[in-house]
Amino acid sequence: MIGFVVQRLIAAAPTLIAVLTLVFVIVRIVPGDPALVILGDQATPEAITALRARLGLDRPLHEQYFEFLFASLTGDFGTSLVTGRPIVSEVAAVLPHTLDLTGAAMVIGTAVGVPVGIWAALHRNRAIDVAARILSLLGLSFPVFVSGIFLLLLFALHWKIFPVIGNANLADPVDRIHKLVLPAITLGLVMAAYITRVTRSAMLHVLSEDFIRTARAKGVPWRAVVWKHGLRNALIPVVTVVGLYVGILIGNSVLTEIVFNRPGLGKIIVGALNQRDYSMLQGLMVIYCFLIVVVNLITDLTYGLIDPRVKHA
Amino acid sequence: MSTAAVVAVSPVRRAVARFLANPTTGIGIILCILVALSAVLAPILSPHDPIEQDVIAQLSPPSATHPLGTDYFGRDVLSRILWGGRISLIVSLTAIAAAIVIGGAIGMISGYIGGRLDNLIMRVMDVLLSFPSLILGLIVVALLGPDLVNLVVAIGLTAIAPFARIARAPVLALKERAFVEAGRALGYSHARILFVHILPNILSEVLVMGSLWMATAVRTEASLSFIGLGVKPPTPTWGGMMRDGFENILDAPWLAIFPGIAILLLVLALNMVGDGLRDATDPKLRAE
Repeated sequence: MIGFVVQRLIAAAPTLIAVLTLVFVIVRIVPGDPALVILGDQATPEAITALRARLGLDRPLHEQYFEFLFASLTGDFGTSLVTGRPIVSEVAAVLPHTLDLTGAAMVIGTAVGVPVGIWAALHRNRAIDVAARILSLLGLSFPVFVSGIFLLLLFALHWKIFPVIGNANLADPVDRIHKLVLPAITLGLVMAAYITRVTRSAMLHVLSEDFIRTARAKGVPWRAVVWKHGLRNALIPVVTVVGLYVGILIGNSVLTEIVFNRPGLGKIIVGALNQRDYSMLQGLMVIYCFLIVVVNLITDLTYGLIDPRVKHA
Repeated sequence: MSTAAVVAVSPVRRAVARFLANPTTGIGIILCILVALSAVLAPILSPHDPIEQDVIAQLSPPSATHPLGTDYFGRDVLSRILWGGRISLIVSLTAIAAAIVIGGAIGMISGYIGGRLDNLIMRVMDVLLSFPSLILGLIVVALLGPDLVNLVVAIGLTAIAPFARIARAPVLALKERAFVEAGRALGYSHARILFVHILPNILSEVLVMGSLWMATAVRTEASLSFIGLGVKPPTPTWGGMMRDGFENILDAPWLAIFPGIAILLLVLALNMVGDGLRDATDPKLRAE
């Protein structure tokens, strides 16, 4: 297993550098001078020159690139232009809120999606399957800020079961969970819809394979066929989708945080957009890159756990 | 046994038949047509001017004169929804069309050339694919400035990689086929082989993906407008209307509810059509 982990880690390095390069290119490719964008049209030429020097924009491009790569890889994501604080500490202050939200959403999505998907596959074309298909199609079609606002209207404003403002006190577990419920459901249901679909089709695909027929023919009980032979093989595409879904989850968490007024990475992004905090945006993109690479790594490692063939391949 | 009569039907007709036999597809098509018509006919259908303000009718609930109520500036919500559909459709159609052309060309050429260049291009596409699309769109629009063209650029950019992938995979197999070899033997240029002979074979797959990505594009446009990075006010957009509604959610919940339903309906309809198209053209399902 350790050898597998090391091998995956080595494979992740070029991806990380490639993603960081993409960030560098995106930020530099934009027409216009970032210093001018930050300071506005009224800025004096001296102020612009000073800011360009501060941002390192006056140096040759390759120097900027290698410095950016080195700084990013050593954990230096820059400082906010607005607050002057390191981006790492700005992010660390709100990260628990975002992790609470995305973690809870992943749990809801998996806990609802996998069983419903299996159930639907086992009852193909019957009422339960049709209902699961319609509901998952509906879930996939709801933009998360629309479902969030609808849930907010119903459960927070109409029935007043949950609070409207989501700024939870992290030290108080009851308050923390109470304020997490609605946003986590909002985010989790969309994910559940994705997972239901993938689980259903993966299960249907596996159950039509020859080895399932063989297992049935040699007298393995149906229950064991479904859980041991079927599910274990169907889980690989499901894990792939959960891993790929993290990108969508991150985007959706930004919207959910805005709707429920929760502190988190989403609110930092929107704040940085409004204040033209160019360094903050770049730093956040780098942090997202790390997140994505880590998630891909975890996905790969999970393959190894589910399917022993992957480890030895 | 009526199946005996269907033996000689072409694959295309069989796909069309299966596509239409699925009730969700039919509903999806009808919904899409309705939304498209209401957007095209917005100047005729809207009861009021979508940007005309009426301070006296500020935040009035649904009534006979304003069937879906009015917003903070007294503007008619129904008219704004009808006009807002235009932005959603224009942005998502152009963005996806651009992504199909650019992404499709990248994928086809990459797959056709093969080797190291193919490897490199696909690595770049993987990187683009792994980045959260809403965040990518958000940052591109923020850096370029929010307007119609930049929205199209941002949303198109997030969709290039998936189309490159979907176009590349079949080209890898097709370029080994006899008809490609025959084309080469006849002295056809690579461009001719690729775009005249290989392209028709992958077109249906790419277009099916296109209809599914249209749904995503509509959602992304609405999300960006909701964040405040959409087409500038007073032009009505569904996401922008949701944002206004969200700010007045205590006084006028209908402001958020109706545009929300509009977005949901269009995305749902596009997903239904996309699903139906995919099922109808999927060779695996065909075999069943």
